[in-house]
Amino acid sequence: MAIIFIAAIVVTPFIGGLLRGIDRKLTAHMQGRIGPPIQQPFYDIIKLFSKSQIITTRSPLLLVYGYLLFIVAAVVLFALKQDLLMLILVLGVADVLLVMGSFSTRSPYSQIGSNRELLQMFSYEPILILASIAIYMETGSFLISRIQQPLLPTLWPVYLALLIALIILMRKSPFDISASEHAHQEIVRGIFTEYSGLYLGLIELAHWYELVLVLAVISLLWTAGVWPGILLALFSWFIVLIIDNINARLTWSWMIRTSWVAGIGLSILNIIGLRLFGG
Amino acid sequence: MNWIARSRAKSPWLLHYDCGSCNGCDIEILACLTPLYDIERFGIVNMGNPKHADILLVTGPANHPNYRVLKNLYEQMPEPKVVVVVGSCGCTGGVFHNCPNILGGIDKVIPVDVYVPGCAAKPEAIIDGVVLALEKLKNGK
Ligand code: SF4
Repeated sequence: MAIIFIAAIVVTPFIGGLLRGIDRKLTAHMQGRIGPPIQQPFYDIIKLFSKSQIITTRSPLLLVYGYLLFIVAAVVLFALKQDLLMLILVLGVADVLLVMGSFSTRSPYSQIGSNRELLQMFSYEPILILASIAIYMETGSFLISRIQQPLLPTLWPVYLALLIALIILMRKSPFDISASEHAHQEIVRGIFTEYSGLYLGLIELAHWYELVLVLAVISLLWTAGVWPGILLALFSWFIVLIIDNINARLTWSWMIRTSWVAGIGLSILNIIGLRLFGG
Repeated sequence: MNWIARSRAKSPWLLHYDCGSCNGCDIEILACLTPLYDIERFGIVNMGNPKHADILLVTGPANHPNYRVLKNLYEQMPEPKVVVVVGSCGCTGGVFHNCPNILGGIDKVIPVDVYVPGCAAKPEAIIDGVVLALEKLKNGK
C-alpha cells in the first residue's frame, strides 16, 4: 500500500511531464516545425521554480497549494483503486480552488479567465459523473477495484463523451477558452495571468498530475490487462492532439453546446441503453 | 545550481513590446516564430505576459507617450530578466532620433542588455541577440 502511495506521487509527474514534452514535439512536427526537445517541460518547471517571486495578492498562493494537494489526493485515490465518484468530486474541488484563486486577484484577464474556467467545469463535470454512473451500471460498484471486464464494447458512447471532456481538461483547441494555451490572445493567459514563478510552476505540476489521472480514468474502460488500457489512453491522447491542430479556438457558448448536446447526450443515451437492454 | 542555470538558458519566455516602431522589426520578430526559423527549438515561447516572461524584446524608440508603460512592463517581470532591443531605432532613436516626441534609445528608460542593430534587423540577427542574452540569463545576472 505504502509503495503504491509513494509511487503514485513520485512517478506520476514524470509521466505527465514527458507526455507534455512529446505533445509539444508532435504539435511542432504537425505544423512543419522541429520543436523543442522532449525534456522541455522539465526545463520550464525548474526555471519557474528558480524565478524570484512577485506577489500581488496573498490568498491565491495558498489556494494554489490547495489545488495541487487535491489533485494529488485524487491521483492517490486512483492508485489505491478507490471510489470513482469520490475521485471526480475531489478533482472538482481542486478546480474550484484554482478558480477562487484567480477570482481573488483584480486583473480583468484572470477574472474573465476564471469565469470561463467555471464554464469549462460546467461542461466536463457532468460528463465525468455520468461516465462513472455508466461504469457503475456495468460493474455494480463505484469502486475502481471492482472493474474486471472490458467496458468499451458496451460503453463506447461514454468513451466518445469522455474524449470531449479530455479535450477540455487538457485545455486544447477548440476548447482552450479559459487559458488560451497558445498565449498572445485576447485574454493574455486567462486564469493563469496573475501567477508567476514558483506558483505557475506548481500549477504546471498539478496539470501533469491531472493529465495522467484523466488518461488513467479513460484507460479504465479497457481493463482486460494493463497494456490495452494504456494503449487506449495514449490513442485518445493522440486523437486530442490531432483535433487541437486542425481546429481554431471557439467561443464558450459553442463549447457548452457541444459538450452538453454531444457529451451529455451520448452518456445519457448509453445509460438508457444499458437500462433497457441490460448491457 | 548547474541545473538551474541550464534550465534558465533552455527555457527563455519572451515578452514582445512595440514601443512605437514602424512595425518593420515586429514583422521580423514574428518571422522567427515561423517554421523556417522556429525559435521554439530553443524552448523560446512568445508569452505576451510580463509576469511569465524572462526576456523583454523591445522594438522602436523610447518616446514620451509610452515610456511609462515600458517601465511598468519591465518592473512586472520577475528576476532574473534581460532586455533585448531590436532595431536601430530602439538602440539609438534611429530614423526618428530628432522627432519632438522621442526620448532616444530604450536605454534612456530601462537598462538594456543586448542591442540588435539593423533597420529592419534580420531574423538571424534577432535570434543571435536572444542567444547572447541567454548567457546573461544563465548566470542570473
Ligand atoms: S529599426 Fe527601422 S525597421 Fe526597425 S522598427 Fe525601427 S524604423 Fe522600423
